[in-house]
Amino acid sequence: MKSIIAYITEILKGIWTLLTGMKVTAKYFFTPWKHVTQQYPENRKTLKIAERFRGEVIMPHNENNEHKCTGCGICEINCPNGSIEIITKSLILEDGKKKRAIDQHIYHLGMCTFCNLCVKACPTGAIVMGQNFEHAVWDRSTLTKVLNQPGSKIMEGVKD
Amino acid sequence: MAFNIYDFTTLTKSIHEGLSSQFSPTATLAIEWTIVGLAYLLFVALFGLFLVYAERKVCAAFQQRMGPMRVGPWGLLQTIADFIKLLMKELIMPKNADKFLYNLAPFIVIIVTFMVISVIPFAPGLATFDFDIGVFFVTAVSSVGVIGILLAGWSSNNKYSLIGAMRSGAQIVSYELSVGLSLITMIILAGTMQISGIVEGQRDMWFIFKGHVPAVIAFFVFVIAGTAETNRGPFDLAEAESELTAGFHTEYSGIKFAFFFLAEYINLFIVAAMATTVFLGGWMPLHFGDFDSFNQIMDLMPGLFWFFFKVLGVMFLMMWFKWTFPRLRVDQILNLEWKYLLPINLFNILLMAAVVLFGLHF
Repeated sequence: MKSIIAYITEILKGIWTLLTGMKVTAKYFFTPWKHVTQQYPENRKTLKIAERFRGEVIMPHNENNEHKCTGCGICEINCPNGSIEIITKSLILEDGKKKRAIDQHIYHLGMCTFCNLCVKACPTGAIVMGQNFEHAVWDRSTLTKVLNQPGSKIMEGVKD
Repeated sequence: MAFNIYDFTTLTKSIHEGLSSQFSPTATLAIEWTIVGLAYLLFVALFGLFLVYAERKVCAAFQQRMGPMRVGPWGLLQTIADFIKLLMKELIMPKNADKFLYNLAPFIVIIVTFMVISVIPFAPGLATFDFDIGVFFVTAVSSVGVIGILLAGWSSNNKYSLIGAMRSGAQIVSYELSVGLSLITMIILAGTMQISGIVEGQRDMWFIFKGHVPAVIAFFVFVIAGTAETNRGPFDLAEAESELTAGFHTEYSGIKFAFFFLAEYINLFIVAAMATTVFLGGWMPLHFGDFDSFNQIMDLMPGLFWFFFKVLGVMFLMMWFKWTFPRLRVDQILNLEWKYLLPINLFNILLMAAVVLFGLHF
């Protein structure tokens, strides 16, 4: 007798859990205007990308075409797969001293895994993660980018 | 030609008389068969396309997605595009396959589907065959379909196909019992196996209301077992993608694959149509005993619409099951049948017999 009661309660419990699941999906079905997906190319204008989204590494420049990169190469050392190459040059200051500066900050987007280690390691906050995610190009060589703009120089007061 | 949406007997009779006046009886019969065959082909193709689209949209709504949206407005032409693509695909024959059985298998499956669909009454006067053993015919013929599946798995010369076919065979053979027994439960109440008689018996009230508790239990057992018999989720372990690629139809492409695919969806329709005919009154409008004015209001909607309304409702229930419940393992599927559905069903038959014997139904 006990086993029969256990058998029946098992069936009823099973039906109850199934009905719980069906309640959840019914709620989804009868609110068809709520979607978790979006129609992508159509919604480009209203697209909102989260701030912490990692689309690509960028180097922000201010209005005087100045950046914060000192050319220290820490990002290059921290990159796990060699996506960053730092080429430096020497500047001769007015007092005759030599100073290291960035010549080309080369970033291979095609190799980047967007791990964020370079941004974390940067002592001056010169590079950040941008939100642009449309990276399709016709030629692979265009994925290799120089992050510092031509003619740019380091901001006043940034020291390494 | 007299056309009446409420009753198609006048239409079919006038077609028959018109043809008889022109041709000999043999030619009349041949022409009528051709017309009926073409009508079923057209219905199966169009309804199959509609079902695939509906399934994708319903599935999307259950998962808070949008489903196909690109081809045509709201993706309405998506399945037509898919169908054209399927027709243009190359037919590939696996090496060392059993050629004859490999080519035969999809035809067995689709022919069985057509044979079962031929006894279903869509509206008054719109049924091809009306055997006095109609329900028995449906269960008997639909179990032949498993031979097509087993042949497809066997002849493909592929382990995955064979395992998928064996699983499918074990599943269908097991669940056939539950389908048959739940139909027997309702035959006790109806007192006839003739499908037109079953529909006519529900003129004062649908069987699911007339038979109350045992009829409701039988209905749910039928829907569960029917879902399992069509190899649909949550019982779709015959085509477990991660384990068996696509199961018994792994090696099929092009139109042969389309046959399996179409048969699967039309079997869904057949299960829903049988549930509608036996439990929900077929094309019979919603009637309640002596409430004459209520019954007359319900009669305003033609039987054809009632039938499809109910069939789509049952199909929606089955899609709801599919997109809500997690898949069952092989042992769980057989447990569900032999330890739960079968004992419940046998007890339910006794209950229904007692209900009918003591006149406890409405």
